[in-house]
Amino acid sequence: MSTDHHHHDHDHEHIDHPDTDAGPWSEHRYIEGALRELLIEKGVVTAEEMRAQVERMEGRNPGLGARVVARAWTDPDYKARLLEDANAAVDELGIEIQPTHLIALENTPEEHNVVVCTLCSCYPRNLLGLPPDWYKARAYRSRVVREPRAVLREFGTELPDSTRIRVHDSTADMRYVVLPRRPEDTEGMSEEELAALVGRDAMIGVSVVTKD
Amino acid sequence: MSEGEAHRGYHDMGGDQAGAIDQEGHAYLLWEKRIDAMMVLLSGPEKKLIRVDELRRAIESLGPDVYEDLSYYERWTAAITALMLEKGVVSQAELDAKVAAMKAARGDAA
Amino acid sequence: MSGFDVGASVRVRLAYPTGHCRTPFYCRGKTGVVERVCGAFRNPETLAYGQDGEPQLTLYRVRFAANDLWADGEPGVAVEIELYEPWLESA
Repeated sequence: MSTDHHHHDHDHEHIDHPDTDAGPWSEHRYIEGALRELLIEKGVVTAEEMRAQVERMEGRNPGLGARVVARAWTDPDYKARLLEDANAAVDELGIEIQPTHLIALENTPEEHNVVVCTLCSCYPRNLLGLPPDWYKARAYRSRVVREPRAVLREFGTELPDSTRIRVHDSTADMRYVVLPRRPEDTEGMSEEELAALVGRDAMIGVSVVTKD
Repeated sequence: MSEGEAHRGYHDMGGDQAGAIDQEGHAYLLWEKRIDAMMVLLSGPEKKLIRVDELRRAIESLGPDVYEDLSYYERWTAAITALMLEKGVVSQAELDAKVAAMKAARGDAA
Repeated sequence: MSGFDVGASVRVRLAYPTGHCRTPFYCRGKTGVVERVCGAFRNPETLAYGQDGEPQLTLYRVRFAANDLWADGEPGVAVEIELYEPWLESA
């Protein structure tokens, strides 16, 4: 049985036979399998719904957010709309954002934004995909509200002392995406080339976008 | 200990001292994607069986030791299972029997 | 609805309810400024127990200067937190 089964080969994936991942299973992995099979047997969910939802989530990644950023960098009117009503602006690009209430935060030389969820791990997953492990872990959630400059430094981001920092704790119904600063000397680049520069961490706000 | 500290949830960690941030990630495994998908479906507009707020309440009820011991999606699994039991959608006996059958099928005697 | 306007000075109630809530411990009893009004949302404190979350509550974003949250708060740092109206009082 192939260990990289779930990376491709979806047509042959049998959702009711979850033993396609090799290696030892934790107790909770068994419980996940047992619960899923029971919910399918009882008609609460269907195997097809499960498969479709896994695929929907796999289709979401930081590339979606990067498209939004690149458009905002190249179209001032779009940027204004994004900062005014991020849901509508993301929707304009055909990205399905509902039911998220999205707020876009613009980085400037004077002000840098960084996002966290100290209580759990709220994240704009419809725009950026699933969050990285560190975003959900105790160290980041504990520290970034209290010592953001030290945390940013750990991510290799050194900001001038004159740059104010706004830390956004997504405690409730809003989700946040950072609009990073456009790097210098990129005037000749296309929107697509610009999007390729924009990484996940810059849209969380722990890093900045660089040309190379 | 400041006033109220005893009532502070173990999940409520903003401002705490903590060590270096481990930036190594892992690629999500299929079972992790499935428990995530299960939550999206169960909380979606069609089924409305669980609310995200209930998931969070259930995670905050796991207890500090379990919370620290489990991985992110193991917490979700434990919490969603607790909610399905609480709501009577599945029974503990059904779960136990299914887990035992799956272990037997994989040749996992433990 | 009483309501707070953008720019209003508000203090987070110093309360320790048991059960699910979305008001981080570190901002309780602290004073900040309303950054924006997000709208009305169902109450997570009752949604968490299977209720319908009605009546809806006004949700605010409140900006706190780091040195109003912590004695060692860094200069030039602000923390912005979403808080539901019942947790806020005029300051």
